[in-house]
Amino acid sequence: MEKISESVVKKDHAPKMSGRSVYVGDYSGDGVLTGKFLRSTLARAKVLGVEVPPLPDGYFYVDKTDVPGDNNVNIVLDDTPVFARDTVEYIGEPIGMVVGPEEQVVDRLLSEIKVAYEELAPMLDLRKADTVFFNYEYEKGNLEKAFAEADKVYEEEFSTGYQDQTYLEPQGMMAEPEENGHMYVHGSMQCAYYVHGAVMRALGCRPDEVHILQDVTGGGFGGKEAFPSILGCQVAVAARKANAPVRCIFGRREDLEFTSKRHPSLCVYKVAVKNGKVTGMDIDVKFNSGAYTTLSPVVLQRGIICASGVYSFDNLHVHGRALKTNTTPSGAYRGFGAPQTFFAVEMMMNHIARDLGLDSLQFKEANLARQGDATSTSGKYHFPIPLPEMINEVDRACDFRRKHLEYEKPQTGRYRKGIGMALWFHGAGFTGSGERDHIKAVCKLHKYPDGTVEVLASNGEIGQGLRTTFPKIVAHELNLPLEKVYYNHPDTARVPDSGPTVASRSLMVVGELLRRAAIKLRTQWIEGEDQIVEEHFREPDFMIPFYLDKFQGDAYPTYAWGVGAIEVELDTCTGISKILGAYGSFDVGTPIDYNIVIGQMEGGYLQGIGYASIEKMDYDSKGRIRNNSFSDYLIPTTKDVPNLKCMLHVEQYPDGPYGAKGAGELPLVGAPGAYVAAVEQAIGGKVSLHHAPFTAEDTLNVMMKEAE
Amino acid sequence: MDAIRFVLNGQEVSYEGNASDRLLDVLRDTYRATSVKCGCKEGECGACSVLMDGVLVNSCCVAMGAASGSSVTTMEGFRETKRYAVLDRAFAAVSAVQCGFCIPGMVLAAEALLSKTPHPTEDEIREGLSGNLCRCTGYNAIVNAVSAAAKEGNGLW
Repeated sequence: MEKISESVVKKDHAPKMSGRSVYVGDYSGDGVLTGKFLRSTLARAKVLGVEVPPLPDGYFYVDKTDVPGDNNVNIVLDDTPVFARDTVEYIGEPIGMVVGPEEQVVDRLLSEIKVAYEELAPMLDLRKADTVFFNYEYEKGNLEKAFAEADKVYEEEFSTGYQDQTYLEPQGMMAEPEENGHMYVHGSMQCAYYVHGAVMRALGCRPDEVHILQDVTGGGFGGKEAFPSILGCQVAVAARKANAPVRCIFGRREDLEFTSKRHPSLCVYKVAVKNGKVTGMDIDVKFNSGAYTTLSPVVLQRGIICASGVYSFDNLHVHGRALKTNTTPSGAYRGFGAPQTFFAVEMMMNHIARDLGLDSLQFKEANLARQGDATSTSGKYHFPIPLPEMINEVDRACDFRRKHLEYEKPQTGRYRKGIGMALWFHGAGFTGSGERDHIKAVCKLHKYPDGTVEVLASNGEIGQGLRTTFPKIVAHELNLPLEKVYYNHPDTARVPDSGPTVASRSLMVVGELLRRAAIKLRTQWIEGEDQIVEEHFREPDFMIPFYLDKFQGDAYPTYAWGVGAIEVELDTCTGISKILGAYGSFDVGTPIDYNIVIGQMEGGYLQGIGYASIEKMDYDSKGRIRNNSFSDYLIPTTKDVPNLKCMLHVEQYPDGPYGAKGAGELPLVGAPGAYVAAVEQAIGGKVSLHHAPFTAEDTLNVMMKEAE
Repeated sequence: MDAIRFVLNGQEVSYEGNASDRLLDVLRDTYRATSVKCGCKEGECGACSVLMDGVLVNSCCVAMGAASGSSVTTMEGFRETKRYAVLDRAFAAVSAVQCGFCIPGMVLAAEALLSKTPHPTEDEIREGLSGNLCRCTGYNAIVNAVSAAAKEGNGLW
């Protein structure tokens, strides 16, 4: 193991362990007003009027008319309103907010507000949705010829449901007017500068008139990428009106129902096969965006880039659309569009192999991409693809090949076994030209006269370990003890914009900038002086530039790779598939801290298994999400996957710090493909499964149909 | 109306509010024991776990009337103990703390488990922590930490 990979005690361990860390809900409530939302009860309606009861002193009703700047939240586009415009577009859309000193009084006032609606017909069906928010298409080769010359052509449809991030700390933000008239907004978030841009615009003020601090954040997983921009604007507008601090902390039900979650998807695959190899794919991808666009364009981009999986063939056409429905806006969640399409392509490959009478793993191996091959978007896999070795590692860990053959034979009795494997990658860093054209990351190191060094960057510690790994890189390069280097939660008034905490980019992209900054500081180091060095993002030279209009080029500089196998024992009486073991080999390059990276892999893999198996969330015929509590939306506990084994395979990336690549999202991405394949094998016969999550109820339904 | 008397982290206190108030809210708002986290307010996630007379409870589901006469321990009290120091080292050694929000409740669940079963098997640890949700870690590190603490703290529990 490299020196840098040796684990240290995390810098934020002590305050978090002892309960001393201050999350946004933990600040004293003295003098702080509580904000709660008036939310739409209809999925689509004109708002004809809002009748607010007389308000006691110190209580305020806040809505769109109170927004001093622009009532549009700056995300990728700006169609999300701070407070509802003349219509509401989904159940739960914030129409207004009541703020005041006593929570119970706020609740009472909210219950007394009367909203007059003119109800309109909502669009709730992804298949019928006709408002196309985003539409991308790319192709290569000659697909028509591939289909004409194919031995066989396969066509199947796959769907996936919602997944909620379910960070343990619900959304929460607080806005405090400062004496100089500036606005200070802080809370639970991933991207302080996103919130900064949004609040600035909503308040109609200059960059220096707003500053944003990331408080200690109780998990994000994408759920606190864009959403805090919206909530940040709302509390800032309320604080401006009340001229007092306003805090809004979501309840769990509110959070589960009304905050962004993973896009439900519908994918149709048409695949040409000749001589036992895939020669072409025609793929249609639909993502359910919900009522506003939020991050859907970028989620869709990643989803369709991944649609052909880890395989290499010449003829490909991919068409992706993000469609509007009158439901809670979907958004970022670890994996960011990739888990949906990787599920589809992995199941598709299994089904083709079975029809051809081939072992699915051997069929996949025969079609694997190799270093130097073109990517789906006609970029290039510049670096080695270690999947064959990783497959063998997983095989050794769980005896995959033998079990997969054995469980394929007809099984009888109450309990039946199955094992599935999925292969996947995660493009490390922002999609396409994002790093180069939009993010343009900047970071600084501040060396104080006493020789301590502060990292100045805008990436948030959300549990993934940045407060430890960033200083480790800097301390390593400066040859300082780790205690001498520190990284605090970012405040936009103090730190440059090193970009958002997303896309598994922080360590790989910003970590490398910090490494280079540290080298610079080392060469300029003057004992006893106060010194600042700065470093700017440069795109690696080897990249084939990505152009979104053509949807062509290197969508990512490099890839993290994943191989996962899951073994289940199905109880045919209950439909429950008990997980006997979940095994994963993950290549995220050099781990900058072994424990931290293994923690990311285990946590992410288990989230993926949850997504695949028990995390079912849907809306009813009115557009209301009913799985809004932990008794209706189940996430894994300690007892669901006791045998979870993650291994690291290291393929170093020369442009990441010490060879590190993006890590955080990878382990989640392929889990559904492995789990559902295992359940499919356990059910047996000729059953083909096409959606995730695949619950015990789904299993019983399939078995009952088979029995008919 | 009489105040509700109970012992909080070793100190006798008397609460002047309603018997129907939630222990969770009272601990956080009145006594500023903010290590006690609110993750769902309906007894499902365990983030608000505290010890009541040594028994692990979800403080969101305890009315103040029921806390009368009891001894309540939150992380503010537990972190001063030798047992905490052992758990602290064990959690640190395997980096079992990620976002940290579930941790105070999780550690108190570990304390409740070890008090009853000083040398638990892995299955017993998983059972003992099964009421405390963690979304970050996948649980392995936490289970390993509790297992290591049980070994290292031999005799403390």
